[in-house]
Formats: sequence, structure tokens, C-alpha cells
Amino acid sequence: MSTTSAAPPAPLPIRSRRWFARRGSRVAPLKYLGLLLVAIVVLMPVYVLLVTSFKTLTEIDAAHAWSLPSSWTLDAWRQAWDELSPNMANSFKLAIPATLISVVLGSLNGFVLSKWRFPGADVVFTFLLFGMFIPYQAVMIPLTQLFDDANVPTGIPRLVFAHVVYGIPITALIFRNYYATIPDDLLEAARMDRAGMFRTYWSIILPLSAPAFVVAAIWQFTSIWNDFLFAVFLITDPVSWPVTVALNNTTGSLVTPFNLQMAAALLASLPTLLVYILLGRYFMRGLMAGALKG
Amino acid sequence: MRGVRRWWPGLLLISPSIVLIAVFVYGLIGWNARVSATDWREANKTTNFVGLDVYRELRIDERFSLDLHHLLLFTVTFILGTLLIGGTLALLLDKGVRGEGFFRSVYLFPMAISFIASGIVWRWLMNPAPGDRASGLNVVFEKLHVGGLANQWWQGTNWGAAALAMPAVWALSGYIMALYLAGFRGVPEELREAARMDGASELRVYRHVVFPHLRPVTLAALIILGHISIKVFDLIVAIGGKQLVTEVPAVYMWVLIYDARDYAKGAAIATLLLIGISVLIVPYLIYTVRSERRA
Repeated sequence: MSTTSAAPPAPLPIRSRRWFARRGSRVAPLKYLGLLLVAIVVLMPVYVLLVTSFKTLTEIDAAHAWSLPSSWTLDAWRQAWDELSPNMANSFKLAIPATLISVVLGSLNGFVLSKWRFPGADVVFTFLLFGMFIPYQAVMIPLTQLFDDANVPTGIPRLVFAHVVYGIPITALIFRNYYATIPDDLLEAARMDRAGMFRTYWSIILPLSAPAFVVAAIWQFTSIWNDFLFAVFLITDPVSWPVTVALNNTTGSLVTPFNLQMAAALLASLPTLLVYILLGRYFMRGLMAGALKG
Repeated sequence: MRGVRRWWPGLLLISPSIVLIAVFVYGLIGWNARVSATDWREANKTTNFVGLDVYRELRIDERFSLDLHHLLLFTVTFILGTLLIGGTLALLLDKGVRGEGFFRSVYLFPMAISFIASGIVWRWLMNPAPGDRASGLNVVFEKLHVGGLANQWWQGTNWGAAALAMPAVWALSGYIMALYLAGFRGVPEELREAARMDGASELRVYRHVVFPHLRPVTLAALIILGHISIKVFDLIVAIGGKQLVTEVPAVYMWVLIYDARDYAKGAAIATLLLIGISVLIVPYLIYTVRSERRA
């Protein structure tokens, strides 16, 4: 999402609880009340999504808007699945290869930019980084033209290519920041052995890279799965639509009942939600890598 | 530090990426700017150079001014709301709270969901429809007997863009919370302790020791949020579709390309968005990479 930091942010340490001890019981309950209140507000859309998605058509009116369904049904979910499953498949066919290519590229670039530096490496890094802030609208018209002129196969291959290219800056950033935390001494041994670049990468850097791969892969998978802009500009054939575009299309019309809208939205979000629930810690690190130093 | 023979394989390894970015970022930006200076105003491609005509047209385009007005209102609401909520949450969490991990995960989870999906819920929450088709917050107001609060939300002509910013605040407050929390915890405990020894109250410790340390965080937050705001697209499409009442420049550009096939004008709006963002980002990027090198 954004810019450079010297190191991947350390896990947030738990601070001393002295303030608690001193200010004691009068402030603490208020604090928890505030935190809890915000948590409830943040989770409110989830309640709405869940509850509405299990309702029957008769219960989605204003009178029952916030209440639990009187009889739970999977009808809306079934219908959402029928409508969206081909597009879910498209999204997987798009996000998985694009993510894999991105992280491999990111790892190599990050390695060069932090551990096998060349004169002007920082200038090159800044040059790459700019690419992640641009409004992609500013490349969309020529990108479509270029794809057409070069006869790039339409559909998902175009999207994979675009996400790989425009994912170069953020993945380079994540890996570079991570590799910066590896002490140079570790590479010294390899240098003594007169090991070349690839052997150094393969035998020393790569085995240490697992956390960075996880962070970068989660980041790329989430942003590619959730992308709407590239898909809506680059994919004209509805058969190849990823799930975001299909979702927007099914729910965009006013005639779509609320229960179907909510079931569809939840279904389309399940993969990224699952990733977040299982690997939230790494997700957070990716976010912070996108932030800044200190 | 090392000889050419040492570093050239690195440059070679990264060069495909450099070329890709050079072509697909910088090259295409240039190409797009060129398109904006042609008379390509319909499906059939034309390449006659007409200079800045289309930019002059945009300057007096009332629809574009309206979009900019929406964007400004959206941006101000979004940035203030997110900084306020994110900052407050970080402050509350700073001293260590039981269940901190839980709270953090909850506040951050909206980042994992697409605006297309969350837009659907927010459309339900901020539904302006009356009577039986009503839903969301307006229904709550009715039930609480404060029906007067029920409003048009994003359909309102004056404040619609501010309502549209609410889902964006919801989505990014957790991120800002995480930024500030990391900032708070980057303040050395000795500094706080020293101030306390001098008899400073906890309030003064924050005001005079902690907050001054957070200026770089706030700057980063402002720039990150600002550039997200200028680009805002998915959220607007998810909630308002192509309606004029919610339109922002990025959506106008999309409509121009897809419906009107007015490529030059679309390219011009895209170029203006890029300029707006570059003004924010370029100095920040240079500053950050430089100060990192100094460190």
C-alpha cells in the first residue's frame, strides 16, 4: 500500500501496565467500554451479512431488518453459489499463479536491493516504488491497446500479467525490508567461499525467507482477489470475470433481494477472510511493511 | 564496495523488473498523456495532436467540477474520521490491554474484504429507501423514535459524499490504529520515565513526549490516506454505481471510456489524478528513502 521502512516491523511489545496500577480501576472500565463499543460497530456489518444471508425472502423487509431469521434457510447461499462459483474459480485461477510469480520475483528483487547491491540501488528502488502509488487509471487505456496490439490472449492471462507487473514494487519492498534484518555477517562465509550470487541466495537467503514469503503471498493474494479496477477494465468477456466483477454485477441491480446480495458478498469474501483468520499475524506485518519507518 | 564483477549479476537479475516498470508504469503513463492530447473522442481511434484542448474542456466541465467537489468532501471526511478513530484506538490500546490481540484483529479485519463486498452491506446500512424497502440505519432511527435522524445518506445532494466516506473510515481506521500503535511503542520507555520522574502527569507525558514523536507517523498516515482517497473507485461503484450523485473523477473516467468511448477525455482525467497523487507521493518517497540511507 505505501512506502519504505528499514525493517519489517517488530511484533508489538506489550507495554508496562503501570498506568493501570496507578490510575487504577476508574479509568480501565471506560477504556474497555470504548474499545468494546468500537469493536461492536466494526463487526456490525458482519452481523448484517450473516443474518440477512440466512433469511427467507419474506423476512428481508424493513420490519425484520435487524432481527434474526425466524427460520434459517440456505436458499440465498445456494443461489449465490450457482451464480458465482464459476467466477470464484476464475479468481482462484487468477490469484494463485499471479501470487506465486509475484513472490518469486519479489524475493529475487528484494535480495538484490538489500544484499547484492549495485551502484544506484536506492535510486532504482525509488524508481520501482513509485509504481505502487500511481492511480492505475493512468495506464489503463494504453495497457488495453498494448495487449490488443501484441495479441496477448484475452481473459485471465492479461490480468495475471498486470498483477505480476504492478505487484513488483510492493513485493520488492516487503522482501527488501525483511532481508535488511539479516546480518551481513551471514553472507560473509559465502563470500569467503567465493560463492556466486545464486549460490548465496539459494543456500543462505532462501532458507531464511519463509516469513517474508508468507507476508508477501498474503498481501498479493488479498489484493489480487479483491481487485476490481484491473478486472473491470481488462476483462470484457463475462465468462472470464473474476468474482468481484460478477458480484458487482449481480448485486448492482435494485431487483436483487437483500438476502442474495449478502450471501453473495460473504461467499466472495470467504477466501480472503479465511486467510485473515488463519494468518492474521502475517497480514498485519504486510500492512506495516507498506507503511514507513518507525 | 565490491568490484564490478561482484555487483553486475545483481543488476542483471533485477533488470527484467526494471524494464517492466519502465515500460508499464513510466512508458504507459507517457502514452496515456499523449492520448489525452489527441482528438480520439469516439470508438474509432484517431491520433491527431490537438494539445491541451481536452484539459481546457475539463476546466469548464460542470460535471467534472461536481466530481471534484464530491472528492474533496469525501477526502476531508475520510481522513479526519480515520485519523480520529484510528488514533483514539491506538491511544486506548497503548498501555497494554487484556485481549489486545483480539481487539487488533477485529479492528483490522475490514482490510481483508473488498470494497465491492463491503459496499453491499453499507448500501443496506445507508439505504435511503422509504417504507417497506427501508433497511439499515434508517430503520434503527425509526425504532428508537428518532425518525428525524433518518436521512438520504449517500443519495443526499449536499452531504452524500461525506456519507460515502463512512465505509472507507470503517475499512481503514484499523490500519491507522496499527500505524499509531507502532508509533507509540517506538517511543523509548526511558523518555516517558524521565518525564514522569520530573513529575509530569501522564497527560503531559503524552502531550510533550509521546505526541511530538508521532509527527512522522501522522505525515505518513496523511499521505497514505490522501492517495487512497484520490484513487477511490471500487467503493463508489459498489454503492452508487454510475449515479451522478456519488460520482468522483475516477468513476467519471471509467464512464467516459466504457460508455462514451471518449478516450482523450478519460486519459486527461487519469493524468490529472496522477499529477494529484505525485504531488503527495514523490517528495515523500524521496524523503523516506534518503532518511533511511542516513540512518
